Amino acid sequence: MLSATGLVAGYRRGPDVLTGVSVTLEPGRVVGVQGPSGCGKSTLIRVLALLHPPRAGSLSLDGEAVRRHRYAAPAAQRRRVGVVFQHPRAAADPRHTLRRIVSAHLPPSAPPGETDRLAGLVGLTPDLLHRRPHEVSDGQLQRACLARTLGADPRYLLCDEMTAMLDASSAATLLHLLRDQVRAGGRAALLVSHDPALLDAVCDETLQWPDLQQLHP
Amino acid sequence: MTGPLLTARELSVRFRLRDSIVQAVTDASFELRPGRLLALVGESGCGKSVLASALLGLLPGNAEIRGDVRLHSGNGRSLELTTAPERVLARQVRGRRIALVPQSAATALTPVRTVRAQLTETLREIRPGGGDRGREADALAGRAGLVPDALDRYPHELSGGMVQRAVLAFALAADPDIVLADEPTSGLDRPLVDTAVDALRGLADDGRAVLLITHDIAAAERAATDVAVMYASRIVERGPAAEVFGDPWHPYTRGLLDATPARGLRPLPGHPPNLSDLPEGCAFRDRCPRRDACTGDPSLVDVPGGRSLACARPPDGAAAPMESGIDRETAAEPSGER
Repeated sequence: MLSATGLVAGYRRGPDVLTGVSVTLEPGRVVGVQGPSGCGKSTLIRVLALLHPPRAGSLSLDGEAVRRHRYAAPAAQRRRVGVVFQHPRAAADPRHTLRRIVSAHLPPSAPPGETDRLAGLVGLTPDLLHRRPHEVSDGQLQRACLARTLGADPRYLLCDEMTAMLDASSAATLLHLLRDQVRAGGRAALLVSHDPALLDAVCDETLQWPDLQQLHP
Repeated sequence: MTGPLLTARELSVRFRLRDSIVQAVTDASFELRPGRLLALVGESGCGKSVLASALLGLLPGNAEIRGDVRLHSGNGRSLELTTAPERVLARQVRGRRIALVPQSAATALTPVRTVRAQLTETLREIRPGGGDRGREADALAGRAGLVPDALDRYPHELSGGMVQRAVLAFALAADPDIVLADEPTSGLDRPLVDTAVDALRGLADDGRAVLLITHDIAAAERAATDVAVMYASRIVERGPAAEVFGDPWHPYTRGLLDATPARGLRPLPGHPPNLSDLPEGCAFRDRCPRRDACTGDPSLVDVPGGRSLACARPPDGAAAPMESGIDRETAAEPSGER
């Protein structure tokens, strides 16, 4: 279980962006978070992904309190949380082939065919793995980014507007993949989006942004 | 003027690469009419943006263009755009008759100058000579739904929605009669998408012709009067928006609509074909639920009633020689789920 209680977070000397957010992720469930642009959804993802230290509140990962963030967090904790970002182009190195992108988070102990297995899982055909990001569509690149995240075998998947840049069919494919990973793979997912219809279709539970916060800003 | 402002007939664009030929647009035919907003929808990479570049003469040097694209003037004359010299396109067409609302609004503006500095420069280029450019710029901002004060800021100081309105002001600077918007809403959230496409629809309602290129079905459904669905370089279905969205005929259109969250989130099986390796005949055949016993003829055929369809074996009740809407509904009944 990844559980956050009363998270307060902000940047530098700026005001609080999160004002007491509580949210819990349990394996087998997709939780949706809906809110407008700029409300702090991405900041919540950053805190839950151990990328940004909160100013107050507690974060616990499988019963263990999270005290350190970014590179200071223990690798075992970091590998348990995976993130898929909104912009696949910004999240992939343009010089790398899709094969290298997909294999980026695999542990050194991974069996040799693991990259191909991950690629197959997200529906990337072998010929695509030789290509670089500029030679594939946004949808194909986002599949590679999801495969990369799954490479670390995270228990918790945090998806920040994962399908906002994609056309309807690519988005639907990716969301089905995500749901399969949660249902069959024993993972938990947090899906952040501004699209209520999408969250209704995919999530077990959807939280509206202001209701998440104890003190509404 | 009631006739079309722009007529494209069998427009095709190919790119010759070192070891392959990319078929980006194949035999696209459509009209842009005053007062109408045509939405061109399809999956990413189907050739939508190349089509817009072709209309503006902005294709790269390795592009081969075929077909006939006519820009009509009020006096009955027309200019053929695919063969028009660059000088004519630059001085008379781009920005002046056909304006572009670009895909990424934030990167379309120079970050080191204020919006006003850039807009007055554009106005000076369009109409050299006198005039109160400051007031003109304010008026343009107003028409694009932007407060004049926003013009005095730098692009990064504006929100995503405001930058979107700022580039719309640039597009309107020369009072064009045709506006092309290439994925104007990508990266915006739903309320901003709605505002942006409503503004485009407003341009059509004012008597302009608008071409909205988008993969966002909800945005197209909200604003379009007409829709053309593009798949693997070809327009596969075309018609009035309410009819096509309400009763899609082409199996691809049905699949695309079924993939939206509001209609079931069912993805299309398989992948779109590679544009450098398109199959003979219908490119959708491999993904089509009705591919058995299909001849695979991909030509776009006009159907009585103002719709066009490129499907040799349309689903039941679709595109049949139809007498009335009621007949069509009863014909579809046996295969319906209810």
